[in-house]
Formats: sequence, structure tokens, C-alpha cells
Amino acid sequence: MALGLLGACAGAAADSPLFEPIASVLQHPRCLNCHTVTDYPRQGDARVRHLQSVIRGADGHGAPTLQCAACHQTANTGDGFVPGAGDWHLAPLSMGWEGLSAAEICAAIQDPTRNGGRTLDQVLQHMETSPLVLWAWSPGTGRDPPPVAQDVFVQDLQAWAAAGAPC
Amino acid sequence: MDVIAVNGTQYQVDTSGGRPLLWVLRDQLHLTGTKYGCGLALCGACTVHVDGQPTRSCVFPASAAVGHQITTIEGIGQTTVGQKVQQAWAQQNVPQCGYCQSGQVMAAAALLSNNPQPSDTDIDNAMAGNICRCGTYVRIRQAIHSIAGN
Repeated sequence: MALGLLGACAGAAADSPLFEPIASVLQHPRCLNCHTVTDYPRQGDARVRHLQSVIRGADGHGAPTLQCAACHQTANTGDGFVPGAGDWHLAPLSMGWEGLSAAEICAAIQDPTRNGGRTLDQVLQHMETSPLVLWAWSPGTGRDPPPVAQDVFVQDLQAWAAAGAPC
Repeated sequence: MDVIAVNGTQYQVDTSGGRPLLWVLRDQLHLTGTKYGCGLALCGACTVHVDGQPTRSCVFPASAAVGHQITTIEGIGQTTVGQKVQQAWAQQNVPQCGYCQSGQVMAAAALLSNNPQPSDTDIDNAMAGNICRCGTYVRIRQAIHSIAGN
């Protein structure tokens, strides 16, 4: 039951209206499936546990000899069924967002102990330019992109940051 | 045309059009031990090693193989661990229909090269992506343990 709840998108509204559209992206399966709080990733819009009992592994890249890159290449396959982007991996456990409200995610991504030691500028850079993040808007066959267009997402991030990154 | 290294030999191959490594191996190099299973990186039958790492050749662009060492089931017996896996597979009579077994052998060889004494959990984590419709999993586990001396 607990895992089932974690598998669902929280979708809670942020206290700050500036963060709401950002939260709608960060709480989308394209982000949450690899920002898990478990020792495995999820997959698909239904956020089922990743097939083949794939595990997180010591560094988020899978088991030592069943790495994410065994299947996930630097681009989606031609038919779009197998997703791919550079350095496919899970976010560290400290960056797990499953079960967090929008306001809690807003706080987490600004907390250096939970964002990989990034400054706010570096967080924005990650969300605006990381190949893995950008892949969310080109997710291939059978997977929905986040509800906010990528260019609008960047504008939303800039506006949120300019306002002091309110949660 | 690109040059790729397969089992220690350099081959000039056509990697155009994003064709997967599997079809270069099978159709151009006639290394047909690597099997086409699902074509979606879901079953593991097409597993080869890229610089020692198990990789699903059905979704791995052949062009990405340039500059890397590719090992297939035809070459794995050239390694000590690969030889041991092949011997254990024969001794334990692991295969049934055999279709998935080249992928299973490649995954097991990589596991044992990385971890000479894997636990059951290690085996599960490494082998869970290789599906066997005949259900030879128990014998696969026995064979891996026999090599590890467990």
C-alpha cells in the first residue's frame, strides 16, 4: 500500500503560485520515475516498477553488470519504444521527490543537502539544460511529456527565481 | 562504413541509418550466436559485451560501437571466465530450448568477471534482465554458484 501511494503523483498545489507550474513538471512521471525514494526506478505514465527488477545500484546507474546503459542509449530508439538520453540514471536517494508535496519539493531543490550541493543557479541550469531533463519533452512512443512546454517551463523557472524562489 | 572491433578482430561494416549492432553482427559479420528476441531491450537474448559491460545489441546503434571492444557469444570462450561459464553450463545441462542462452552466458560471464563470488541477490540483480521462457533459472543459478565455488 505504501509503495502504491509512492507510485502515484502527489499533484498537490504549491503555496506559491509561481511554483505551481514548475511543480506540475517536477511531479510528472517523466521526472518522478527516476527521482524515486526507493532502490529502483519506475517507468511509464502509470509509474509501474521498472521491468526486469532493475535496481538503483550504488551510484544510480543500476547493478554493476546490469547498468541503465545496457538498454538506454544516448537517444530514443528509432521506434521510440526504448527511451534514451545521455548518462541515463536515477537521481540520488537524497533527491527523491516521491510522496513530497509541491511546497516540499520546492524546499528540497533549494536545500544543498538534498540537491547535490547545487546553488539555485545550478539547479536552474540542471532543469534548463540537462539532457535527461530535456528528454522529458521528447519522451518517445507511449509516454506523455510534462504538462508545461519546455520553453514555458524555462520562463516559469526564471520568473520564480527572480521572485526569490518562493515555496 | 565504420570499423568496429568484434572479438578482437577489426571489421569494416555499414552502420548507417542507425542500424542496431545486432543486425551488423548477424547480417554482415554472420555472427548468428547473438539472438533476436524482442527487439525492445526487454528479454536479453541479444546481450553482447561493450567494453565488458552487458549491452542489448538490439537497441545499441552500431555506430556507437566504434572505438569500443565488442565481445559476442562466439568470443566469450576466449576469456577464462567465459570458458568456465561455458563448461558449467554444459555440466549443469542448463539450456533447454537454448534460444536465450547466449544472452544468459554473456550476462553470467560479466557478473562473474565483476564479482567472482556473487550472492543470490547479486545473481538476481545481474540476471533479472535475461528472460528464459523455458524457466531454466534454477539451473542458471546453480551453474553460476558452481563456478563461484559456493
